[in-house]
Amino acid sequence: MSTAEKLVRRVRGVLLVARARAWPLWQAVRQGAMSGVRSATGQGPTMPEFPRLPSGLKREQPLIPVDSAASRALVAVIAILTFLAALAGGAAHMVATASSEWRSAISNEMTVQIKPDPRRNIEDDIARAARIFRGAPGVAEVRIVPRAESDRLLEPWLGAGLQLAELPVPRLLVVTISRSSRPDVEALRQSLRREAPTASLDDHRLWVGRLSTMAKTLILAGVVVVLLITLAAGLAVAFATRGAMAGSHDSVEVLHLVGANDAFIAREFQGRFLKLGLEGGAIGGLSALVVTVVLGWISLSWSSGPGADQLKALFGAFEIGWTGYLIVISIAALVALIAGLVSRLTVQRHLRQMA
Amino acid sequence: MVRFEGVGLRYGMGPEVLRDITFSIEPRSFQYLTGPSGAGKTTLLKLMLLSLKPTRGLINLFGHDVTRRQNDALSAARQRMGVVFQDFRLLDHLTVYENVSLPLRVKGRDEASYRSEVIELLHWVGLGERMHSIPPVLSGGEKQRAAIARALIVKPELLLADEPTGNVDPTLARRLLRLFMELQRLGTAVVIATHDLNLMDQNDARRLVLADGCLHVDG
Repeated sequence: MSTAEKLVRRVRGVLLVARARAWPLWQAVRQGAMSGVRSATGQGPTMPEFPRLPSGLKREQPLIPVDSAASRALVAVIAILTFLAALAGGAAHMVATASSEWRSAISNEMTVQIKPDPRRNIEDDIARAARIFRGAPGVAEVRIVPRAESDRLLEPWLGAGLQLAELPVPRLLVVTISRSSRPDVEALRQSLRREAPTASLDDHRLWVGRLSTMAKTLILAGVVVVLLITLAAGLAVAFATRGAMAGSHDSVEVLHLVGANDAFIAREFQGRFLKLGLEGGAIGGLSALVVTVVLGWISLSWSSGPGADQLKALFGAFEIGWTGYLIVISIAALVALIAGLVSRLTVQRHLRQMA
Repeated sequence: MVRFEGVGLRYGMGPEVLRDITFSIEPRSFQYLTGPSGAGKTTLLKLMLLSLKPTRGLINLFGHDVTRRQNDALSAARQRMGVVFQDFRLLDHLTVYENVSLPLRVKGRDEASYRSEVIELLHWVGLGERMHSIPPVLSGGEKQRAAIARALIVKPELLLADEPTGNVDPTLARRLLRLFMELQRLGTAVVIATHDLNLMDQNDARRLVLADGCLHVDG
């Protein structure tokens, strides 16, 4: 027999014993009083021995009266806050993913720039530099960027159709670093200085550092926004709970007087505000997901536009993936949980003050 | 079961409304708490119910000093009592059935385990046809019977009733009194606060008489 079955059997046993003990007392009260007064209303013992249970009996009504207007307002506030928090969380996740892609792409490459010098043959310098890197450990591939491609890189600034042959345009080598081992950058730099004095090696460390700082700042800002919005949701629930308690003072007092302890009353409020939090969180989270999907579609339709490449390079594809969806859902669930928890703590504090 | 020793109560810095209250209530006993209007009957019941704390003296309830106990301990003591309030204290958003079953729900019992018990009691106090009604549509007498049913449903060890017959006709008042006496016979200590001399004359019970903030025990 499993532990659960044992537990169920034990609980059933306790209930049967309790009922067996309580029943004779109640029957004695009933019969004793009935013998003298028949029934309290004097209509005689007309009720059946085992009364028929009404089918439409209302059960498990909330013990604290529900102010539906205030509840709707609170659901709307929680939904709006969850929507904003989920969007901030999704945006932070998108930036984190994009920055990770940038950093991995950039840190796996180095660039050699060879400046033209009228005293030197630039093509010879390119060949010597390429030879240095091709023979070095930790280098997977060396690609000499053709002159035409270098010129195209200048087009956004100088415009197309210009004759750049007479201009001293530097030439580039793109060095792809091996994934298994890292090259000795300092030794390579010294060799390059000896063989091609006009060449410089950029391992993108400065650029990666700046990108990382920017990405981390954006992610931190996103997290702070999520935390602030969650705090705002908690405060809204705390105020709503205090309002509900003030409006339910009589009910709380009656519950106390029939033997309810503070934990029971706090659970009643917590259950109600958890439900409102889940409702608002679901609406806000779902709206954020819909907005993300719609923005993704819109960005796809823009992908043929002139700025699309830059936007894609900066933010990546406008999609948050499964992790992003999970973050949005988690934020909605977090807001709901905070609503329940804050209401419980507020009620407990209020009850202590009442005592 | 209940013991008051030198209990006094004042509100704020005002004069003592109850002074040197000393008495005890034994198990399976029956007593009236009486005195003129404003003498402090309801206040004394509130002290017994632990909804007020005395400014001095000792209150011992079910063998425990409750004057300095925490809320949860007071709740446990209240679960052993049934109370009929003068103003009924029914929850207006709950049906009569839900109001009467409230103490059982607070105790954590499953609705299926007490449903027939509550319905039977409601039939017994003549509210069988009104169990789906909410208190605002009930007459004063019906509210009173609902409040009495709520106090009885837990089969209390101590029943405190504040003017329980104040809103019912004399015939029903006598029947309710018989009910309280039967409860006492079956083991419940009963305290009825009333100034209805006719009601008190119907049985030879001890009388706790409050006057000018002091208590005199008669009988």
